[in-house]
Amino acid sequence: MNVHEYQAKGLLRDFGVAVPEGILATTPAEAEAAARELGTSIVVVKAQVHAGGRGKGGGVKLAKSPAEAKQAASEILGMTLHTPQTPPEGKLVRKVYVEAGSDIAKELYLAVLLDRAEEKFAIVASTEGGMEIEEVAAKTPDKIQTIHIEPNVGLRDYQIRQLGFGLDLEMDVIKKFVPFVRGLFDLFIEKDASQVEINPLVITGGGDVIALDGKINFDDGALYRHPDVAELRDPDEEDDRERQANELDLAYVGLDGDIGCMVNGAGLAMATLDMITHCGGSPANFLDVGGGADKEKVMNAFKLILRDPGVKVILVNIFGGIVRCDLIAEGVVGAAQELGVEVPLVVRLQGTNAAEGRKILEDSGLDITSAETLQEAGERAVAAGK
Amino acid sequence: MSILIDKDTSFIIQGITGREAVNLTRENLDYGARIIGGVTPGRAGRDIYGVKVYDCVRDVVKHEGQPYGSIVSVPPRFTKDAVFEALENDIKLIVIVTENIPRREVAQMVELANLRGARIIGPNCLGMISPGEAKMGGVGGPAANTRQAYTKGNIGVMSRSGGMTTEIASTLTAAGLGQSTCVSIGGDAIVGTTYAELMPFFEDDPATEAIAIYSEPGGRMEAELAEWIAKNNSRLPVVAFMAGRFMDEMQGMRFGHAGTIVEGKEDTTADKIQRMEAAGISVAERIEEIPELIKQRLAEKK
Repeated sequence: MNVHEYQAKGLLRDFGVAVPEGILATTPAEAEAAARELGTSIVVVKAQVHAGGRGKGGGVKLAKSPAEAKQAASEILGMTLHTPQTPPEGKLVRKVYVEAGSDIAKELYLAVLLDRAEEKFAIVASTEGGMEIEEVAAKTPDKIQTIHIEPNVGLRDYQIRQLGFGLDLEMDVIKKFVPFVRGLFDLFIEKDASQVEINPLVITGGGDVIALDGKINFDDGALYRHPDVAELRDPDEEDDRERQANELDLAYVGLDGDIGCMVNGAGLAMATLDMITHCGGSPANFLDVGGGADKEKVMNAFKLILRDPGVKVILVNIFGGIVRCDLIAEGVVGAAQELGVEVPLVVRLQGTNAAEGRKILEDSGLDITSAETLQEAGERAVAAGK
Repeated sequence: MSILIDKDTSFIIQGITGREAVNLTRENLDYGARIIGGVTPGRAGRDIYGVKVYDCVRDVVKHEGQPYGSIVSVPPRFTKDAVFEALENDIKLIVIVTENIPRREVAQMVELANLRGARIIGPNCLGMISPGEAKMGGVGGPAANTRQAYTKGNIGVMSRSGGMTTEIASTLTAAGLGQSTCVSIGGDAIVGTTYAELMPFFEDDPATEAIAIYSEPGGRMEAELAEWIAKNNSRLPVVAFMAGRFMDEMQGMRFGHAGTIVEGKEDTTADKIQRMEAAGISVAERIEEIPELIKQRLAEKK
């Protein structure tokens, strides 16, 4: 799960990580008032969307007076922001964060994350703050410092100091850098973040260490124990159908094609989409009903698929293991009858209770095309859509 | 022969009184597993299909002897504790079935297992099966279905996807190719045992003559496997089924930028195919192609 910059900064503050003063605004007038309240000679007005590279798309503007802040906010609010990280259609800006300007002497990059290959936590830092870390890695990899943290041991102060010396920081600054990084790491651990990225991390003219920007991603698998974090979810930032799927505990990704798919298991779902493509068709979605699929889940999955008006065929592909094919078949029949499914249905049932499942489909009297293999299923679904 | 488990492998089930664990117990016993006890705190004295339930792992060891393995099937918030309990009781092979465990805790479990010289399979996996010998986990479902899909033979199977483990085995079986051991390694960001980490076991197993793997976008597991094969001059032909080709066309989810710095660039499916083929791995576009490719590779070897 992602959060906005203003939310991330709230969390950073809670963990003692220094950030500039800032106020959230949803109208130009609020932005003007915010600038006045901050009272600094310069403020920065920043679009709040879940995407990086906002400055490049015109989503970050400097203002030298409350009137300028109002003007900047009126330009940013309501705009559709396009950055290298937004989806092709862009992102609508609904909120801006008005922040006090900072006296920047040095810009650095720092991120805390999980290194999956090493199975350890890692802190990555570079002297090239403000630049995309990928670009730094490609051009000047020697400017990147990495430390690994053993999961059962945790971060030690000497590691942070070592990182600071590697970034050419003076000892006076390192004394502030150590608690700063400690706060970031504590936040990462205590809130079960999957990544905390500070870019840029700024050293001010006075030698203070502050987070000028902050991006935090959270581990969805750990949200159950962080209701305060779960509350930060912004539904406006999520795809409608994907959000509904989330609520129904289904893994769904909308695509552009016309063959709706319902599959158990992410692997088989991917293989199914490949097979449709291979057979000359085009999938309308990725949908994994998961290992514990029952009648209700199948019904919900159908509802979700049918919300997409582009769907001309539905392909159900189940390889029963823990999932029982007879329960899936009941769900398919129930959905077809109760929801009045009008598009052709192609169903492949294999594995646990497949024979019972096929019998339920046959006895239902519904016009359902069945398939034995994945290839047959793909071919028949593509043919049915023509 | 087989790897990791055979008919003599003794194991316990932690969280045995849970609904899924009760099913697992039934299915594994039916397939011939040696389950010597189960654990659910506060439920000692019950039994599940004849398997005695104890309050803690120590009590199983005391009354039933030392188990070699454990299937951990407890809710996510208790998994780390259960795994630590198994490790501190000298259990050497742990299958974690549970999904949605916080990543931080998975990293901690894997680290402790390494320190204790134990092996974790999973989390979020269906375990493993040595056909005709034993299975440990939900792989294949009920025993009757498992016997249909899996047959004893010479192909090792490794898969991040639990369902695809059975789909691949069943395709091999239909083509007359049996399996030595099939391992569902789990689909999470961090797993206890990767493809490359399983390879030495298959390499040393005289029964295994070739390997089939399931491959999908994301992660660097195939890259590691390719490196292992090249470095160790493996005797085993490997055939990979690559799923998710359609995703190269899409702007999909990507791990954050910094992740690519420490882990290396995330491969697209095209990158993965190229990398695997360069290491001599044959790549199947459809599952149905796997048996044919394996037969070809085995014939070339002779």
